Amino acid sequence: MAECHPVGFQWVMEAKARGATVIHVDPRFTRTSALADLHVPLRAGSDIAFLGGLINYVLQNDAYFKEYVVAYTNAATILGEDYVDAEENDGVFSGFDPEDRSYDFHSWQYEGMEVQAASGQRDQQYQDRVAADQKSGVNKAGRGEAHGSGGAAIRGEIKHDDTLRHPRCVFQVLKRHYARYTPEMVEEICGIPQDLFHQVAEALVKNSGRDRTSAFCYAVGWTQHTVGVQYIRAASILQSLLGNIGRPGGGILALRGHASIQGSTDIPTLYNLLPGYLPMPHAHEHEDLDAYIQADSTEKGYWANSRDYMVSLLKAWWGPAATPENEFCFEYLPRLTGSASTYDTVMAQLAGKTNGYFLIGENPAVGSANAKLQRMAMANLDWLVVRDFSLIESATWWKDGPEIETGEMVTDDIKTEVFFLPAAAHTEKDGSFTNTQRLLQFHHQAVEPAGDARSDLWFTFHLGRRIREKLAGSRDPRDRPILDLTWDYPTKGSQDEPEAEAIIAEISGWNAKGEPLSSYQELAADGSTACGCWIYCGVYADGTNQAARRKPAGEQSWVAPEWGWAWPANRRLLYNRASADPEGKPWSERKAYVWWDPDDGKWTGHDVPDFKVDKAPDYQPPKGAKGPEALTGVDPFIMQADGKAWLFVPSGLSDGPLPTHYEPQESPFTNPLYRQQRNPARELHKHENNRLQPSGDEPGAEIFPYPLTTYRLTEHHTAGGMTRWVPYLAELQPELFCEVSPELAAERGLEHGAWATIVTARNVIEARVMVTERMAPLQVAGRTVHQVGLPYHWGPNGYARGDSPNDLTSVALDPNVHIQEVKALACDIRPGRRPRGPDRIALVHEYQQRAGITDTTGTEV
Amino acid sequence: MGVLRESEYDDAPPRMGFFTDTSVCIGCKACEVACKEWNHVPEDGLSFSGMSYDNTRGLGADTWRHVAFIENRSETAPVDLGMPAVGLPGSGDVRPDLPPGGDLLDAEGKLQWLMASDVCKHCTHAACLDVCPTGSLFRTEFGSVVVQEDICNGCGYCIPACPYGVIDQRKDDGRAWKCTLCYDRLEVGMEPACAKACPTDSIQFGPLEELRERAQQRVDQLHEQGVDVARLYGHDPEDGVGGDGAFFLLLDEPEAYGLPPDPVVTTRDLPAMWRRAGLAALGLAAGVVAAAWGRKG
Repeated sequence: MAECHPVGFQWVMEAKARGATVIHVDPRFTRTSALADLHVPLRAGSDIAFLGGLINYVLQNDAYFKEYVVAYTNAATILGEDYVDAEENDGVFSGFDPEDRSYDFHSWQYEGMEVQAASGQRDQQYQDRVAADQKSGVNKAGRGEAHGSGGAAIRGEIKHDDTLRHPRCVFQVLKRHYARYTPEMVEEICGIPQDLFHQVAEALVKNSGRDRTSAFCYAVGWTQHTVGVQYIRAASILQSLLGNIGRPGGGILALRGHASIQGSTDIPTLYNLLPGYLPMPHAHEHEDLDAYIQADSTEKGYWANSRDYMVSLLKAWWGPAATPENEFCFEYLPRLTGSASTYDTVMAQLAGKTNGYFLIGENPAVGSANAKLQRMAMANLDWLVVRDFSLIESATWWKDGPEIETGEMVTDDIKTEVFFLPAAAHTEKDGSFTNTQRLLQFHHQAVEPAGDARSDLWFTFHLGRRIREKLAGSRDPRDRPILDLTWDYPTKGSQDEPEAEAIIAEISGWNAKGEPLSSYQELAADGSTACGCWIYCGVYADGTNQAARRKPAGEQSWVAPEWGWAWPANRRLLYNRASADPEGKPWSERKAYVWWDPDDGKWTGHDVPDFKVDKAPDYQPPKGAKGPEALTGVDPFIMQADGKAWLFVPSGLSDGPLPTHYEPQESPFTNPLYRQQRNPARELHKHENNRLQPSGDEPGAEIFPYPLTTYRLTEHHTAGGMTRWVPYLAELQPELFCEVSPELAAERGLEHGAWATIVTARNVIEARVMVTERMAPLQVAGRTVHQVGLPYHWGPNGYARGDSPNDLTSVALDPNVHIQEVKALACDIRPGRRPRGPDRIALVHEYQQRAGITDTTGTEV
Repeated sequence: MGVLRESEYDDAPPRMGFFTDTSVCIGCKACEVACKEWNHVPEDGLSFSGMSYDNTRGLGADTWRHVAFIENRSETAPVDLGMPAVGLPGSGDVRPDLPPGGDLLDAEGKLQWLMASDVCKHCTHAACLDVCPTGSLFRTEFGSVVVQEDICNGCGYCIPACPYGVIDQRKDDGRAWKCTLCYDRLEVGMEPACAKACPTDSIQFGPLEELRERAQQRVDQLHEQGVDVARLYGHDPEDGVGGDGAFFLLLDEPEAYGLPPDPVVTTRDLPAMWRRAGLAALGLAAGVVAAAWGRKG
C-alpha cells in the first residue's frame, strides 16, 4: 500500500501511531514491509492456502465470533443432499462438466430451495425460469459482476440449524473443507514458517470480536490470478467468521489499480454491465423488459426493485422517447451474444473478426497480459483510435514496436489506420473520481488543455453530436437508438467543453417535475423518474454537487460525511447493521457505530444506517412478503436474498462455492492438497503466441524453475502512460529492473547492476539486476525456491524505457471476471542481455522445444 | 538564536526549519518531485544506480531533496527463534498486542529498509555563507541560507566549504544552487513544497525551537516502545556547525545514511589560524628586527 497508495498509506501510519498492528503479507519486502510490524513473505499464488489456514485455525480453536456467525452469516443453513465438496472429490466440486469446463451449480443449493445470485452469474437461472431447455451459454456471456451480490429464494423456507451441528449445515461443510489447511500445510505450500503463521493467526484473533476489529487491505496481488475471485472470497469468509464485516475498523478494503476504477464499474466501461450493476441484456429469444426483470430481479432484498432502477435509467438515456408503450426503449439497448471481455476481444481481433478499437487511457501493448498478443491483434484491425497524453506504445507498435525489430511484423504490411488524439489531464477538466470507499470526489478544471488536447467527455459528446448530425432525418430503425438519445448537454468555454455538473445531475436523477432526487428509494417504474445510475442517486440532491463538498475533518464527526459523497445514500460503511447485535445494541461501546433507538423507533448512530430505518430488530416478515420487506430485523446483508453473509456461495460463482487452493496456471509445484492441479474452470485462450508451460512434476517444468511475480512501484503508474514521459518521475525509476535474492544471483551468475535475460514460453525480455535480501528464498514442499520480481511499468517509449514484463505473461484468466494471472507464473533467468532481431524469437522457440511445449500443454482441465 | 545576531533584521520572525522524522518516511519521493516542480529544478539523470530504490544518488545543484534507501540488518542481538522480531528497526521488544514468535531472522539481525529524505541543513554556522565572496549567499529573516542567483559569480568557493556536500554548481551555467527552504513560499506564509507534499508528515516545518521539542518527545516515545536505535542528528547547538536549521531523527548511525558523523563548519578554525599566522608573522618580524639590531652592536 505504501508503494501504490502512498497518500492513502498515511492513514495506516496514523492507525499505527494509535496502536494498530500492521501485518504485511507479500512475496517481496516492499516499502510497506519497511513500515509494518510484521512482514510475511509467501510464494506468489499460494494465498488461498494461507487464508484457508487462518480459517481452519479460527474454526479449530473456536476463535470465531459465535453470536455474529449464527445470527448474520449463512453458517446455520443446511445444504442439499447432492452437494459433494472438493475435499471428497480430488479438488473438484459436484456438478463439473469437463467437456464444457464449467459447473452446474444446482447441487450447491440450499436444501429445498433455488437461490438466485445477486452477483456473479445471475443469468444462470434465466434458462430455468424463462426459456426452455438450452445449454447455458451464460458462463461465456460473463455475467460476473452484474447485480452486486445476493440471491432470491423463490419458494420455501431456508432450513437451518442454529446449533451449527447438522452435518450438512454450512458451518460443518466449511470445517471439513478446510480441515487439511493446517499450519504444516501452510508451511509446505506457502513457505511461511509455522511460528510466523501462528503470530499472524493469534494477532488476528486477538484483535477481533466485540471490542476490537481487524481490516484486510488488498489489491491486484490478490485479484490477478486464475483464482482471484476466490482469494477475495477466502478473506470474506475469514472476516465473516471473525465478525469484522460491517463494523468500524473492520472490513475488506480493495485498494484499486487507479484513481477511478470503482467509477469505471459503477458507470461502467465493462461490456456486461449497465450503470449501477444492472446486467447488460442477453440476446435470449423474445427478450423484453418483463422477461429481463423477471430473470434478474430477486424476490427478496433490494434487487427486487430493479424495474425502478432500469426504467429510470432508460428515461435518463432516451427521455421523452422512452414511454410505457415502447417499454421505455428497452429494445434500443445492445445485446450480448457472448463475452466481449477484453481478452475475448483480442482473440476476435486476431481472428480478424473486429474492425475497430478505441483505446482511451489504456496501453495494452505494455499493460495487458501477453503484450505481444495485444500488438499482433491490433495489427489485424482496420482502424485504431488512441487517446492519451503521449505517444504510448499502443499507438506506435506498428513502426517501432518489438515485433518490428524481430521482423515478425513489417510496417508497410500493416493495414491498420491509427489515429492519435491527445487527451486532457484531470487538472484540465471538471469531473469526478470514485474511489474504493465508493466515495465520489468532484474535481475542478484548473486550466484549459493546450493545443488539440481535449477531455474524454468532450470527445464522447462531440463524436455523438457529429454522428447524430450525419444520421439526422434517417428513417432506418437501426438509427433510432442514437437519434432518440437525450444529447442536449450544455457546454462551456472556448472549447465547448460539456458541463460535467450537468451530467452528474442526470446521473443523480430527477422526477417528472425536474426536481433533483435524494435517494434511490424515490425511483419509480412508471417513467416518472430519470436516473443515470441508481446507486448514485442523491449525489446531486437539493441541486447541490454533493461530490464537491470538502468540509475539513476538524469541523465534522469522525465519519466525515461532508467530505465528498459515498454511494449509496452517502453511507460510509456498508452492512453497518452488523455493527449492532441481534437486539440492536452495539457489540461494545468502543465499537458502537449504528444502533436501534427503541424510543424513537429508528436506527441511528454515526453513519447512515444500512438498513430500513424503522425496521425493528425483532421484525419478522409476514408470509408472502417480497423485496426488502421479506428481510427480518437481523438480516444485515440486505443485498442477499437471505440477508446473511455467505460463507458458502450457493450460486453466482463459476468456479466453486468455497475457495480451494489450486496452483497457478504455471507453477514449479504440484498441488499437495488435491489431484486437481489448477482451477478446473479457469479460462484459457489457445493461440500459437499464447503457449503455456508445463507445471509441477510434468516433464519440462524444470525448464522454467523460478516463480515470477509482477508488481508496481511508487514512482510509476500502471503501463507508464502517465509517468514515463514525466522527467521528474522518469528519473526516479529510469530503467526496468528485476529483483532477485543474493542466493539466486549466485545460482544463476547474476551480477548486481548488470543485465539479466528472463524467458517464458511467450517471450524473452532483459532487465537490470537488483540483487537484494528483500527477495528472500522460501522453503516450499521441502526445497528452496527463489522468486523473481519484475515491476511492469516499462515499454520502449518515453524517457524511462525498458522491455515490458507483460511480454512474458500469458492470457490465463479467472473465469468469473476474466482477469489475467500476472501475479504468479514461472520463468527462467540468466545473465546478460537478450538477443536482438530474429534471434530473440529463436531463443523463445528453443525454450519451448526444450520444455516439450505443444498447443495443448497446460490446457488440461 | 545566535544565528540571527549575525544578521541585521528588525522584528525577525522566529527561526524556521525542518524536522525530518525518518521513522515514518515511506520512501515515496513526493518531496523530491514537489521540490523540483515548485523550484523548476531540472531533471538530472536517467540512469539506474543500483543503489536500492535511490536513483537520485545525492544532493546537488539539481537535487535539493534526496531520499536515501539503506538496506541493512538491524543491530539486534543474534537470534534464537523464541525472540520476537516485530516493531520498528532495531527494536528488540515485542509490541504488546503481538504474541511472541519467530520471524525471518538469521544471526545477522532483522532485515530493515531505512528511508530518509535528505536536504540542505541551513546550518547555524554556515561555511558556504562564510566563504562567499560576492554576498550572493545570505541569511534570510527566517534563519535559512539562500543563494541569490543573480549575484552568484560561479567562483565555486562554497562547494568545498560545505561539510555535508550539499551545495553544488550547475555545469551548464556555472552558478551554485541549493535548497532555498522555499523562501518565496515562506514570505507569503506557506510551508515549503516538500513539507506540504509529504503524506506521512515525515517532513515537518515550523519554528525550530518548537520542532526541537517535538523531536525530543518523539525520540523519547520511540525509546519507550523499545526502539533504542532512534536518535536525533543535527539538533544540538553545541555541535560543529552550531546545530542545523534542518535536523533529523535517524534509526541508525549517520554513516549508514551517508551523513558525516561529526560535521564541522570549515571556517571554524579560521580565527585561530589567523591568530597563529599573525603570531608567526610577529615572531618573524621580531626576529628580523632583533637580527638587524644585533648587527649594529
